[in-house]
Amino acid sequence: MAVAAAIIFLPVPSMMTWQSGFLARSFLCLFFSAALCLYRVLRGPTAPDRAVAIDMLGILIVGFCAILSIPTGRDWYIDIGIAWALQSFIGIMALAKYLEGKDFDE
Amino acid sequence: MNETVGTALIILGIIFDFFGCLGLIRFPDVYNRLQASAKCITLGTCGILLGLFCHKGLTATGIKALLCMAFILLTSPVSAHALARAAYRSGVKPWEGSVIDEYSGDMDNIR
Repeated sequence: MAVAAAIIFLPVPSMMTWQSGFLARSFLCLFFSAALCLYRVLRGPTAPDRAVAIDMLGILIVGFCAILSIPTGRDWYIDIGIAWALQSFIGIMALAKYLEGKDFDE
Repeated sequence: MNETVGTALIILGIIFDFFGCLGLIRFPDVYNRLQASAKCITLGTCGILLGLFCHKGLTATGIKALLCMAFILLTSPVSAHALARAAYRSGVKPWEGSVIDEYSGDMDNIR
């Protein structure tokens, strides 16, 4: 809770001199969410917990790419987001097949 | 006006993403965590992409954002369902406080 309050109220670092402080703060909030996901990846008791957290991280990275294309003005970030969503889906399906105990051609 | 609506949608999406990750931390079970993450995808990242579409309008980037949103809406329930099935079949038991487990009776009929 203290970390969330620090994200909302502390001044943003001077690295992010973007057009509005809103987007920089939202970026920090997404960083904190990704850190929570990484905690679940490290700490998860079983293998499917880690798989769920990795799925969540892929979706968060698509959000990262979508937000980054607004203040920088570079449009190819959303292409990276589309490609990342595609490969994340394929990877998660392969991981689910592996956890189920089947071969890949089944 | 469009930028205001887009920024509001992005902030709503980020709040939902954060709550989804909080559910990923706090829930007791892999199935509950899967439910939290699947809900957070629908209004979280799709809200962010819709906000990007409101920012950019009907340009190439906006259409790409809508395509990415449609792709995520199609594929994320599929991957969530596959993960739940794989978790059950690899032997992860549900949390002891869960009420009903109907899939355990069907396992003998499927295999």
